[in-house]
Amino acid sequence: MSDTIVSLPDQRTARIPKTNYLSKENGLLSWLLTGDHKRIAILYLISITCFFFVGGALAGLIRLELLTPQSDLMATDTYNKVFTMHGVVMIFLFLVPSVPATLGNFFIPMMIGAKDLALPKVNLLSWYLYIVGGILVLYTMISGGVDTGWTFTTPLSTHYVNTNVLSTGLAVFVAGFSSIFTGLNFIVTIHKMRAPGMTWFRMPLFVWAHYAASILMVLGTPVLAIAIVLVALERTIGIGVFDPTKGGDPLLFQHLFWFYSHPAVYIMILPGMGVISETISTFSRKRVFGYTAVAFSSVAIAVFGFFVWAHHMFIMGISNYSVLIFSLLTMLVAVPSAIKIFNWTFTLYKGSITFETPMLYTFGFMGLFTIGGLTGVFLGTSGTDIHLTETYFIVAHFHFVMVGGMLMAFLAGIHFWWPKMTGRMYPEKISQLAAVVTFIGFNLTFFPQFILGTLGMPRRYASYPPEFQILNVFSTAGATVLGVGYLLPVLYLTWSLKYGEIAGDNPWQATGLEWQTQSPPLTENFAEPPIMDHEAYDYDWLEGQKEKEVASVG
Amino acid sequence: MSHISPIIWQFLVKWMTNFALYPPEASKIAPQMDALFFFMVLVSLIGLTIVILLVTSFSLLYNKKRHPVAVQIEGSTLLEATWTIIPLGLFLVMFVWGALIYFRVYTPPANAMNIYVVGKQWMWKVEHPGGQHEINALHIPTGQPIQLTLISQDVFHSFSIPAFRVKREAIPGRYTTVWFEATTPGTYHLFCTQYCGTEHSHMTGDIVVLTPEDYKKWLASSTSGASLAQNGERLFASLSCAACHNARPDARGPSLASVYGSKLPLSSGGTVLADDAYLREAILNPSQHITQGYAPIMPTYQGQVSEEGVIALVEYIRNLDSDYRVQQTTNTTVLLPESEGKAPAGQKPAVPNAAGQGMVKQ
Repeated sequence: MSDTIVSLPDQRTARIPKTNYLSKENGLLSWLLTGDHKRIAILYLISITCFFFVGGALAGLIRLELLTPQSDLMATDTYNKVFTMHGVVMIFLFLVPSVPATLGNFFIPMMIGAKDLALPKVNLLSWYLYIVGGILVLYTMISGGVDTGWTFTTPLSTHYVNTNVLSTGLAVFVAGFSSIFTGLNFIVTIHKMRAPGMTWFRMPLFVWAHYAASILMVLGTPVLAIAIVLVALERTIGIGVFDPTKGGDPLLFQHLFWFYSHPAVYIMILPGMGVISETISTFSRKRVFGYTAVAFSSVAIAVFGFFVWAHHMFIMGISNYSVLIFSLLTMLVAVPSAIKIFNWTFTLYKGSITFETPMLYTFGFMGLFTIGGLTGVFLGTSGTDIHLTETYFIVAHFHFVMVGGMLMAFLAGIHFWWPKMTGRMYPEKISQLAAVVTFIGFNLTFFPQFILGTLGMPRRYASYPPEFQILNVFSTAGATVLGVGYLLPVLYLTWSLKYGEIAGDNPWQATGLEWQTQSPPLTENFAEPPIMDHEAYDYDWLEGQKEKEVASVG
Repeated sequence: MSHISPIIWQFLVKWMTNFALYPPEASKIAPQMDALFFFMVLVSLIGLTIVILLVTSFSLLYNKKRHPVAVQIEGSTLLEATWTIIPLGLFLVMFVWGALIYFRVYTPPANAMNIYVVGKQWMWKVEHPGGQHEINALHIPTGQPIQLTLISQDVFHSFSIPAFRVKREAIPGRYTTVWFEATTPGTYHLFCTQYCGTEHSHMTGDIVVLTPEDYKKWLASSTSGASLAQNGERLFASLSCAACHNARPDARGPSLASVYGSKLPLSSGGTVLADDAYLREAILNPSQHITQGYAPIMPTYQGQVSEEGVIALVEYIRNLDSDYRVQQTTNTTVLLPESEGKAPAGQKPAVPNAAGQGMVKQ
């Protein structure tokens, strides 16, 4: 019995289908003016990868600076600009659009059996807004940077820094609209474009997760836009909403900002959870354990996610009783994540598991996200939050969730759907190596930061007491390994575009509708509109299909 | 071990010999918070172990070689309920336990000694009730509850003492408080943990915990000659506050004696508790806080008094228990040495009458 499920067509005779979404039109303009969700997804994929490496280079500078206790590589103000830009780039230009705008864009229509998203031109507009936001961020960087931290805390951002707050704010504002439009597009598409027979509870969990995330994008992002406009107005004409000397309140900004930025965490992680549901089912040949529980836990996260924002302000002097309520609600939002983890684990039970690269990343996600989620409870508990907040504990916590969780899920998804997107397989051995290297590098980088934070090392410090150095050295060493882990996929995935094996329609024997069409797909996705006559993750149906095919060909 | 670079070797030795997982426990609350912390670490480790064990054993038992055909399972309501209720229960235990500690950290006992802290880019200024000033340092005795009243002069700062497990933001425009009781003499880190601009990482200092005897010695050796309330009194005089707040029958402003802690009727209706925050507001935005029966004639002192000045005034009013002193201050020259004339108060004067009337409680 082989230990892989990959079944590729005979490489001597197999060809990439002549007509597909990539070959249909040629030339730069055909890409820049496209309405095809798949091409827009590829545009996004290229752009977010570029920004990921910009943000990654900045992270490298941060880790290099922290190698020694003194601020000797950079002056403190340079360091402040570097971590600010790292945060802005990674959050607004990578994490928020990462899975939704690439994999979601590409596969939501295909999974529900649609030809495209409901609003293809709005989809293209999203990408252009993203690019405008990205260019504004690059402009900010070139013209001297900004040093407010990605949180734009007032009154620091409104009255005290003289760096490019306005261009950064504008960048985030514009990129925010890109995210709103993407979310809107997904909601409309999922409501209106499902194929005949594709009921809500036959949709893949990837679609459910994106639906939940889209609601957050559409309802949360405008509040961020408002907060940023108010910061800009305060900075330029001094309207005083956040200024205590004019009767304003700086805490109001915290409320507005975190009203978006906490749900934003779920905007970032929910689509990643969607990816995990797909990969774990495919590589254990089983339907996801407790489908409805997983689907509703996504919705629960989206709903509760809106009512926990003030847990970012426990030590800021909000009333003790609101601390009580927000701490309680934070505990509630932790539960659906636990439900998901256990359901994925039990999906493995009595499965027939194989360990291809996407599955390795999935396991990485499950371990790291569990740690990230549990340490979140430390911070949601009001008593321990006092000691742990604003230290490296929080840095480690959100990197476990965002990098350990989301980036692992993103890489799992990229490897999983790579054959569908490009028609070619990635090289298996080296990619398994990259997954392992990433996992090791990640833990070495971020685990010491939990200890640093418990010891009290504050975040956003360019220099620190010398007794913290050794753990920082470990962390920097780990970051180096992690960097290698991230460079490898870029290299071999690019290589595979030309030299990868021909994948065929369904190399993983997966059940999703996206796999029941050619790779790379036609511009219209399906030769004839699909009809959904079975549940999601129905492997018996897939077997039946195969037999039918054999019968009709034979 | 010659093939290991000596620098790395030195590092490892240093690390192995100084290994710490948590900071020293130097306050009363620290062991309590650590107990909760270790409980959570334990629960997390158990949870993580369960997940890892399940994933590993399922991977071993049900890999494709061993288990070529998957058995389709819909799900299980019982299991769903289990892993909803057990985590929820544990999280609720943490919530209650954490909330108890939270309320303890931010509810100072009545006998706490109040010390004012002003954060500004990029230093901590500490005002002791006895008039001692410190910058980027805080001297305190063991065995005495200390309440810090914090305010920022510019941006958000955060006063963090990891060894005490306490932290509180210093916010522009409002007082926040935190308290602790140090247990172990020593010098501990003080960090600003809220990002506050260019020199954020240098806004650090030392918390020096002394035995009560050493603390007395320190107080005596670092006195500036006048207590905080006396500084406030001089400021009260130089700003001519007593021109109105003098308790005479024809006074244009209300008497301030014993006003601290009382409930004041406002002309806009309703009452307000005269605490630090109210007094600060009443000095900086008087038109918003008119006491019933008085005309809104008080000018704002916004921009004329620094946060330290406001603190001194508040401390003065807090300790003011008779109108006699106020009437004395009407004649400002009585309080100010000839040489200084009308120079702004809070400098470094020798004060006559400093011990007068038992006015300064300490």
